[in-house]
Amino acid sequence: MTQAQTQLEAQHGAKFALDDDHVVVIIGSGAGGGTLANELAQKGVDVVVLEAGKLHTRQDFLTDEWGSFQQLAWLDKRTASGSWRVAKDFPNLPAWICKTVGGTSVHWAGASLRIRPHELKARTTYGQLADATLLDWPLTREELDPYYDRAEKKMGVTRTNGWPGLPVNNNFKVMYAGATKIGYKQCNTGRMAINSVAHDGRTHCFQRGFCFQGCRFGAKWSTLYTELPSAVATGHAELRTEAHVARIEHDAQGRVNAVLYYDADGKLQRQKARVVAVAGNSIETPRLLLNSHSGKFAKGLANSSDQVGRNYMRHTTGSVYATFEHKVDMFKGTTMAGIVEDEARHDPSRGFVGGYHLETISLGLPFYAAFLNPGAWGAQFTAAMDQYTHTAGLWIVGEDMPRATNRITLNQTLKDQHGLPVADVHFDDHPNDEAMREHGFKQSEALYKAADARQVYRVPPYPSTHNLGTSRMSERPEDGVVNKHGQAHDIPNLFVSDGSQFTTGAAENPTLTIVTLAIRQAEYIAGQMQQRAI
Amino acid sequence: MKQATTIPLAVESAGRAAHTAPSIKLTRRELLKGTGVLLGTLAISSPLAMLAPSRAWALEMTELTTRQGTVLLALTRRIYPHPSLDDAVYALVVKALDKKAATDKNLRAMLADGVKKLDAQAHGDWAKLPAAKQDSDVAALAGSPFFEQVRSTAVVALYSNPLAYAHFGYGASEGDGGYLHKGFDDLTWLPEPPAAASGPVPSDN
Repeated sequence: MTQAQTQLEAQHGAKFALDDDHVVVIIGSGAGGGTLANELAQKGVDVVVLEAGKLHTRQDFLTDEWGSFQQLAWLDKRTASGSWRVAKDFPNLPAWICKTVGGTSVHWAGASLRIRPHELKARTTYGQLADATLLDWPLTREELDPYYDRAEKKMGVTRTNGWPGLPVNNNFKVMYAGATKIGYKQCNTGRMAINSVAHDGRTHCFQRGFCFQGCRFGAKWSTLYTELPSAVATGHAELRTEAHVARIEHDAQGRVNAVLYYDADGKLQRQKARVVAVAGNSIETPRLLLNSHSGKFAKGLANSSDQVGRNYMRHTTGSVYATFEHKVDMFKGTTMAGIVEDEARHDPSRGFVGGYHLETISLGLPFYAAFLNPGAWGAQFTAAMDQYTHTAGLWIVGEDMPRATNRITLNQTLKDQHGLPVADVHFDDHPNDEAMREHGFKQSEALYKAADARQVYRVPPYPSTHNLGTSRMSERPEDGVVNKHGQAHDIPNLFVSDGSQFTTGAAENPTLTIVTLAIRQAEYIAGQMQQRAI
Repeated sequence: MKQATTIPLAVESAGRAAHTAPSIKLTRRELLKGTGVLLGTLAISSPLAMLAPSRAWALEMTELTTRQGTVLLALTRRIYPHPSLDDAVYALVVKALDKKAATDKNLRAMLADGVKKLDAQAHGDWAKLPAAKQDSDVAALAGSPFFEQVRSTAVVALYSNPLAYAHFGYGASEGDGGYLHKGFDDLTWLPEPPAAASGPVPSDN
């Protein structure tokens, strides 16, 4: 155990009074909130992190998939609507994200790819698509690259900064054989925020698998045992767990000045704040802004544009699993063990704009049964299960189109344990999403057949793990919710610090970019505070 | 041995199991009105026999009767048919249904009614019908609330236990220490990817 982890367990850092109005209150302790907290605390800015979940340390992590799911996942009620299959298969579980200290950085698989320059200019590159609200980011790769550099260094991303790639595992060997046979050139064990060598007081990967259940070795980067304990060690950060935020309050001028939350005993508390940063992931963040409506802001905070909750994206996904004559044992070793990048280019001749990645994925027996074909039964299903040890798998992850009608709204009838309206997650696949998924399925089938697969199974999207875009960055206030620093267009001392900021989804796993934006945002917030602008 | 199963397995030695009734507390069954017990014996060839202290197993239920448990087990076998998967694993689905029924009276009634209808259709013991007849009954049942309760419970309980892990060859907690020195890259039937696509296997600890 690192010293930092010991510190996090022993105490949650500095203690700030509820009426201390000089602190920055950060809501959420995941990749966005946890990183922002540490970056600010390192600069001497006092922060209070409010995390809805409990503290589960590495010693608590489980190998039992359902048990782990109960331990880490956000299980508070949500509803799903729209034509996406998730709404039918998992009507109360539209997303598979976490409610625990460290947030979804505990659960993520570690893939760390930079968003491509053309993807940041999606509207310019892809043109105008019907029923899509494409927009260029107010940021370029040139502006982001110095912060990407810092994020990769912080997270120990393999194949950067001289760190080697991770060694191949069985699941990847199958992917590589098939990928090269169908002509793919860019296939390797990927850029992963998983230590290939000991780094940052954390060991190298022991190929345990269970990346989704929390990394017991701490080889995979998570704010739980990096950013948060480092923040706490500065004496400038306080972490409050089981602090479920209900609303953000503002003063007569419309500046936010306090955060109301339910503590572990269900008691309502009010923490005063100089600045508030929301990092609750792209469902809870807009839900909180909408639930914070007031006389002055009748449509919710930061919502004069009516964009809060809109343009919800979840990446175009799907999985393909294939069975072989010989054993694979896909569960041995890292979950995301390799990546094909050839399809990540923008090439409209394929029948869609944007691109996608193929990344190996493995599920344990319990989740393979749950997700292979939700609702299925009978001999066809059990025949696939019988082949479990001889099965390889990959995940398609591509750019989906932002749509004003794909959105998070407040469910007007269903309330959570605190009496707050729950989030409804509405999503309809765009024709571009469907064309891309079909292309990804066909390519993946070809890939596995080239490696002599016997049976190939198309698996529908899991509950969303990449939730993006519900408070998006925009140059013009009317197009989005925040500016290029994640600062609300309407309220200068209110920030959004998670994937909700994404203007478009891009084809890359989002965590690296969330961390990059948080590092950049911390600089901006500290500077603005110093100048007394906020 | 690590916790191998959630079924309380009887303590008879494997050799005597075929001749002797498992040592379950029958008194309890008589005292608890409306409860049942499922009994079984692991096949000698079953890989699960290694996991259990005894080949004989018993499942006590608090809500379901023996009759209901027997039919629900048979029904689950047809919903998720794995011919070589031992009844002991299917019994875990019955156990999960029994547990849910303890806090859900509507479910308890739904299960009782569903079993009653199946037995009525069979003019007797549905569990003893030929598989083909059972399959056509199950197909007719598909989509009904009763079917969905059994199916959705089964898809979790059947595949999420150490007996199933052993049967299907899933490592589960065996992997807790990592596969770095336990075969994470032991696949040899395909060519090794080149070094550029891979990375060094760490040799230190």
